[in-house]
Amino acid sequence: MSKINELFTSKVNVINVGIELFKDDILAQNATATHLEWSPPGGGKPEIIAALNKIDKAELAEKIEAANRLAVEKIVNSQPVLIGFDQAINVVPGMTKKTILHAGPPITWENMNGPMQGAVMGALVFEGLAKDLEEAAKVAASGEITFSPCHEHNAVGSMAGVTSASMFVHIVENKTYGNRAFTNLSEQMAKVLRMGANDDSVIDRLVWMRDVLGPILRDAMKLNKDGIDLRLMLAQALHMGDECHNRNNAGTSLFIQALTPYILETDYPVEQKRAVFDFVASSEYFSGPTWMACCKCALDAGHGIEHSTVVTTMARNGVEFGVRISGMAGNTWFTGPAQQVIGPMFAGYKPEDSGLDIGDSAITETYGIGGFAMATAPAIVALVGGTVDEAIGYSRQMKEITTTENQNITIPLLNFMGIATGIDIRKVIQTGILPIINTAIAHKEAGIGMIGAGITHPPMEAFEKALITISEKWA
Amino acid sequence: MSIKVVIKRNTYFDSVSLMSLSTKANQIEGVEQAIIGMGTEMNKGVIRNVGLMTPEVEEATAGDLMIIVKTANADQTESAYLAVEELLTNKNTAQAKSDIKYATIDSAAQGIPDANFAVISVNGAFAVREARKALENDLHVMLFSDNVSVEDEVELKTFAHEKGLLMMGPDCGTAIIGNTGLCFANAVRKGNIGIVAASGTGSQEVSVRVHDFGGGITQLIGTGGRDLSKEVGGIMMLDGIKALDADEATKVIVLVSKPPEASVEKKVLAQIKECSKPVVVYFIGGNEEAVVAAGGQFAKTSKEAALKAVLLAGIDEAGINKRALNLPLIEEVRAKLSPEQKYIRGLFCGGTLCDESMYIAMEKLDNVYSNIQKNPDFLLKDINVSQEHTFIDFGDDDFTNGKPHPMIDPSSRIERFLQEAKDPSVGVIVMDFVLGFGSHEDPVGVMLPAMIEAKQLAEKEGRHLEIIGYVLGTDLDTPRLEDQVKKLIDAGVTHASSSTNAGLLAREIVLKGENHE
Repeated sequence: MSKINELFTSKVNVINVGIELFKDDILAQNATATHLEWSPPGGGKPEIIAALNKIDKAELAEKIEAANRLAVEKIVNSQPVLIGFDQAINVVPGMTKKTILHAGPPITWENMNGPMQGAVMGALVFEGLAKDLEEAAKVAASGEITFSPCHEHNAVGSMAGVTSASMFVHIVENKTYGNRAFTNLSEQMAKVLRMGANDDSVIDRLVWMRDVLGPILRDAMKLNKDGIDLRLMLAQALHMGDECHNRNNAGTSLFIQALTPYILETDYPVEQKRAVFDFVASSEYFSGPTWMACCKCALDAGHGIEHSTVVTTMARNGVEFGVRISGMAGNTWFTGPAQQVIGPMFAGYKPEDSGLDIGDSAITETYGIGGFAMATAPAIVALVGGTVDEAIGYSRQMKEITTTENQNITIPLLNFMGIATGIDIRKVIQTGILPIINTAIAHKEAGIGMIGAGITHPPMEAFEKALITISEKWA
Repeated sequence: MSIKVVIKRNTYFDSVSLMSLSTKANQIEGVEQAIIGMGTEMNKGVIRNVGLMTPEVEEATAGDLMIIVKTANADQTESAYLAVEELLTNKNTAQAKSDIKYATIDSAAQGIPDANFAVISVNGAFAVREARKALENDLHVMLFSDNVSVEDEVELKTFAHEKGLLMMGPDCGTAIIGNTGLCFANAVRKGNIGIVAASGTGSQEVSVRVHDFGGGITQLIGTGGRDLSKEVGGIMMLDGIKALDADEATKVIVLVSKPPEASVEKKVLAQIKECSKPVVVYFIGGNEEAVVAAGGQFAKTSKEAALKAVLLAGIDEAGINKRALNLPLIEEVRAKLSPEQKYIRGLFCGGTLCDESMYIAMEKLDNVYSNIQKNPDFLLKDINVSQEHTFIDFGDDDFTNGKPHPMIDPSSRIERFLQEAKDPSVGVIVMDFVLGFGSHEDPVGVMLPAMIEAKQLAEKEGRHLEIIGYVLGTDLDTPRLEDQVKKLIDAGVTHASSSTNAGLLAREIVLKGENHE
């Protein structure tokens, strides 16, 4: 029987696109109809639709499909394992004594926002490259310092993301594909460098982290020959109510539980070990950077696959939001203006106090956790508007713009749906749905720190630029 | 300035909820500053910094909830505090939004494995892309959108044909598939007559007449108005005939269209010849001989098409009310009209209904003008000004550009009606009122005040204004056919029982002193 004749003998089950009244009439006749939440592709911009149509041509579309399948296969199959801690200068590729890594796409000293400049100055003092903050500003502007995005060094950095040579970093190795990823240690919650603070208390803490915390963690992990399987732990943390970007309560407990026996076995004095545990206990954020490095490690494995439109990086420097896609190997950034973060704020602060979106932490959403996995973290739904239904809605909606579900990391509340994985720029533009990012709100002035948390989105412009570029390059 | 501080001992809220509560509390009317937080050292620090520290706050511990509300006036403090309290106790009552929502055809098709059909009515600039996606997902397509290029139509239909899928449209307004009416369609009985139609209201009319004569419909397949053009080549109509031929439930097939382009007509006739079932052909103004030669049953009017179909389908002729033309009424109206009231003005929502009345008029009348006339000599010079006998299709692009279809929004037709009603050379105004899915909820009602006003004006001027109204619909439609007809009759409007009869009545009334049917 032909498909048309099959239709004649079955009930229509309609997908309705456009006038909603037609759906209502179908439902009134006891047939099934689903109304699409449709919006014109590319916001209806003719040049964007033309670019979409160009890459939709069968031959190229097939290449893109195959490339995207490969990209997400690599992301999903990646097994990031924490193998140790060490100082950045010893392990991060391209790191020099006069290099300062920062969050987001490339930016010059002059163009950095207040918090990032504050962090850079603090780091220069911490590294002994300047005697005080005043001199640090001069050194930073002198041209002697190499500023470079963390992402261009297999690394990620929370908030300002400022990482300097002697800071300790996580070393995460991809057991499946061999690549490594790095990120520095959490300074926990207080006045912290990553938020642009740089007074003595901040520098003192960095020194302690370099001289006590870092070495203890390094030596502890030397005793752990197997390393710590971060993907497995991440999956557990999600089942325990984290989304591992803004809620890390479970993840931090699991992480310190795994580290503790080895820390105990090290030869450091008890009071130093005790100080490490107190430090970890002072904030649930301790494992936040760890998950970022885990995500980075997996996404780097999926980067550089010709013809793939899968997003492998979303990162912000406080001024610009940058996106990289797998099919553009190396460091091609597509950028647009960084956006405001909308959400509840700590008592005493107002929306006008907030700085623009900053940090490499959107690597978590790029991987499929954080805002994408809001349904795992009902405890913090206040960040996304207040209801569990909204949180679930976001986790489902992200499937509209992604390539697959990662069955290694699941959401119990959604019948163990795998996290939405492999943001496809074509789908973002076609649907007008932007990735949702759960993130902290930093004060716009350096040194004040976190004043709230909420949600934000990348600028559509970054995706449009990427689409136009590939449509010219590949079609 | 007034401050209220309340410490709730041993009351825990998590930090994220507190942030959210504080943000909301600061939006309460009259509140200058509100801080809600656990009694941690960090929070106490914030309170100290904004100068609101009190001994009670100082004493609070990390297990105590602190509420500090500052208002400009003392009389606001208590009510503001109560509002804050309400925030704390307010349980979330938001409606569950468990429905899964889809943004693209791809994701919807993936998420709904039973989906078999897409109805697409987005702007023509985006419609082709959506239709292609639907076909790629093995969905049959009804493309309501217009403003789609012929090239795109051919590409879509060829693709659908290769995949064995329906590609109805672009510009397809009517279909009934498996007894479900889609877009503009009427509620009709299930039966054994299948329709393939290139014209929307034409197929609605045939389906409604079939129902009225006691018959029923299996499927009504729309093809879009351009299907039988040379470029498109009748891809959908040919596939539609084949599918209905193969459909066990269908015993009779009816084709409804304007006459096809010559090469396409050949193909369609060849298909009729091959068809194992009787085919009734209603090509408005078409060629009877060719159809008969191909073994088809020619119908000159929509009513005739429906009547032939139901008879072929096995309905007993004796039991059919054929709704004969009311000849005495024609005489009666003629007597009321003055010699200068010579012209018909047809104001239609349905394109095919307009066409049918116009062709009926053209059989006996000269100087029949329209905005949809094939003969360029009889195209209206200005669509806003009638000439002699004028038939206007308000659903044509001339009138719909940027506006909803008149079946949904009747405003432009109301204006035009009032204009025509004032013209002393007008003998008859004929109008259609289309009921059913997709249409206006009360098409007669919305025109009623204008009709009453016009009648009164004419009476004052000492002339008779003859209005003929035809209501396209069935007894199963909403609003009820019976009620709509009653409204017309009560307003002194002459009710026509079919599109065909509406055209005949109008023509015969203005044909004074000549032969009539």
